[in-house]
Amino acid sequence: MSQTEYTGVKGWIEERLPIFSFLKHSAEYRAPKNLNYAWNLGSILGIALMIQIITGIVLAMHYTPNSELAFSSVENIMRNVNYGWLIRYTHAVGASMFFFAVYLHILRGLYYGSYKAPREILWWFGIIIFILMMATAFMGYVLPWGQMSFWGATVITNLFSAIPVIGESIVQWLWGGFSVDNPTLNRFFALHFLLPFILLGLVVFHVIALHVNGSNNPTGVEPKTEKDTIPFHPYYTVKDFFGFGIFFIIFAFFLFFEPNYLGHADNYIPADPMVTPAHIVPEWYFLPFYAILRAIPDKLGGVVFMFGSLLILFILPWLDTSKVKSGTFRPLFKVFFWLFTFNFVFLGYLGGKPAEGIYVILSRLSTFYYFAYFLLVLPILGKIENTKALPESIDAAYKGNK
Amino acid sequence: MKKLFIILILLSTNAIAGGGSGVPLRDVKWPFDGAFGTVDRTAAQRGYQVYKEVCASCHALEYISYRNLKEIGFSEAEVKAIAAEATVIDGPNDDGDMFERPGRLSDRFVSPFANEKAARAVNGGAYPPNLSLIVKSRPNGANYLYSLLTGYQDAPGSMEMNEGMYYNKYFSGNQIAMAPPLMDEIVEYMDGTHPSVDQMARDVTIFLQWAAEPEMEQRKRMGIKVFAYLIIFTILFYLAKKIIWRDIK
Amino acid sequence: MTDNKEKDSQTRRDFIVLTASAMAGVGAVSFAWPLVDSLNPSADVLALASTEVDLSSIKEGQSIRVMWRGKPVFIRRRTADEIKIAQTEEVSELPDPENDKERVKEGKDEWLVVVGVCTHLGCVPLGYAGEYNGWFCPCHGSHYDTSGRIRKGPAPTNMVVPPYEFLNDNLIKIG
Repeated sequence: MSQTEYTGVKGWIEERLPIFSFLKHSAEYRAPKNLNYAWNLGSILGIALMIQIITGIVLAMHYTPNSELAFSSVENIMRNVNYGWLIRYTHAVGASMFFFAVYLHILRGLYYGSYKAPREILWWFGIIIFILMMATAFMGYVLPWGQMSFWGATVITNLFSAIPVIGESIVQWLWGGFSVDNPTLNRFFALHFLLPFILLGLVVFHVIALHVNGSNNPTGVEPKTEKDTIPFHPYYTVKDFFGFGIFFIIFAFFLFFEPNYLGHADNYIPADPMVTPAHIVPEWYFLPFYAILRAIPDKLGGVVFMFGSLLILFILPWLDTSKVKSGTFRPLFKVFFWLFTFNFVFLGYLGGKPAEGIYVILSRLSTFYYFAYFLLVLPILGKIENTKALPESIDAAYKGNK
Repeated sequence: MKKLFIILILLSTNAIAGGGSGVPLRDVKWPFDGAFGTVDRTAAQRGYQVYKEVCASCHALEYISYRNLKEIGFSEAEVKAIAAEATVIDGPNDDGDMFERPGRLSDRFVSPFANEKAARAVNGGAYPPNLSLIVKSRPNGANYLYSLLTGYQDAPGSMEMNEGMYYNKYFSGNQIAMAPPLMDEIVEYMDGTHPSVDQMARDVTIFLQWAAEPEMEQRKRMGIKVFAYLIIFTILFYLAKKIIWRDIK
Repeated sequence: MTDNKEKDSQTRRDFIVLTASAMAGVGAVSFAWPLVDSLNPSADVLALASTEVDLSSIKEGQSIRVMWRGKPVFIRRRTADEIKIAQTEEVSELPDPENDKERVKEGKDEWLVVVGVCTHLGCVPLGYAGEYNGWFCPCHGSHYDTSGRIRKGPAPTNMVVPPYEFLNDNLIKIG
């Protein structure tokens, strides 16, 4: 892979571990020159993961994963540990920021066709990362052992009892007992600590897969000559830092001025197996999937559709039949796409409402559109749509826009 | 644009106004509100007095230690005296027995009951919640607490009250096991402020808001500084981006 | 002419990039500090950093043991004999030369306060034992005298006298 010969100490090291050719690749790596700010989200997610890991490790130094002590250990962090409140709030708000960014990142991929050939495996790594993020966040939320921690865990783990024949045994196995209790908390802590490092590894693969073909771009037309691309450094490094600034400003607003806005007041009540909160609601980033779960009247059906809504993403590269990658040149697609986006946000809104009255029928309609978009709209649209003329090259499009 | 859109949707999903009973809460302008909020220390000290004389017989203040009272302006000597008035159970001693001793700065506030079951037994099955987090554990907690404390009324004629329950406009279900705790002049304030129900409700809410979030002032001050830093940071990198990208045609 | 303009804009660019990078560095360090400081003793641990001990129930020739910062502290009320022996030892011949006067408070030499941890490898010595009637450490055989000074055995230094003060005749504050 390396054309350059390294001599001396560098050569000795290079022969054993190709650090220098890796650095050279990083320094010379090029990206399309027309990337817009939606492309900042990848590096933002990288920073968000690092922040969660670093704050998480420090929190783990003060937290006790035992059902008698967990809640007070978190209060100890908030009140007694130096800057404990800052680290805890960073971790909690950070989780929301992480999901905020990941949803925008996925939306970018959906709009610009980044999941299409030759980036299918890159897309799959992304979905796996997203699913593991949700597992990690779910378990993390249980750790403070508040009312929502406990009851959210109870409701979601109970879902697995819908599995025919072995469902009940699986749930008891998950719980380590006959209900969510100390064994559950302890194992969730171990797994919550472990998963982010697996995420780190998956992110490395995600970036490697990216670097094989390079980034997609807003035109969906692949780079043809060097005129289409620019070196990543300094152009995208400086742009990424600007993006970090915007990200941190939003982060700081919530962290310092409204740290509990995105959470639930009920979680400041210690877990009580005898008292169920009036409304059990997951964290906001799970609400769309929660809405899908509740929309289906059958318990097993709800579980199947909820997981299905994630798994369907894996076959998206084949469901979308359009030869044109980017939504920029697909006028009809744009309408359905924005409808999908609004529908997804609406599903989130419905997930936070009680499952009664008009919300029931609305959730079902929304769920229907979610699946119809992937299973009906995209396959059909690709065949019948009149797409706009694609630009000759990225360079041509860039000059056209300047 | 997209980000703004999504933020707006998120903000609208949060049901803020409703108390447990759905009645809009009384909305007070608190000194701790907003980016420049502060802990009104004189009010908090009065609020502590209300807690001690009215609430502490049933409600614990679990996560506060006596030494924390210095943060609302009591002197070290005053706090030592307050701690020493309390009787703390310590031990076991060398004979293996638990014993009582006067409180120290490092002790947590003494709870009125040994455990939840004891609390329920004395209060007709109802559990007076621990107050150190009460403001954070209810949506719009400060306004809720103030509304609750000032929301006792005669039950409307049509309503059938359960045995031992009291009517409260803001409590979920409108029936609360706690008798109205505040009456005019039930406490005599050391600084001479007139102890109306409204005044005491405000003061104890300010005290309990501090108890729930002792870091609040430091957090907001730090937030202002971090914001200033981030705005400069973002502008600088925006300029750097513009300059570096000038040569891209 | 254009050369100067180019140089100017290059300087401006360098300045902005340098300032921005410096800002980023400051930000990174400011983020790191709270993380590092959070490992320092927390407020509740610091609150227990001092202990007050009531001496009124300790009789002459008696010793009590209290916990301070997670370690045992011996408070010994020495008899006249013990004090005399401690004060008349030849200091220069001691393994760790130290005058008894330096190890007690002025006017209060009947009270000896030492951290009950052997300076060899950390075991807790036994009181009123050993050849010097001070303490004896059973782990490796160190002998301490009635001033808590090492006399025989592998321990290198005298038992540590913690910082303490008399709040009144019957009350000391350690730490």
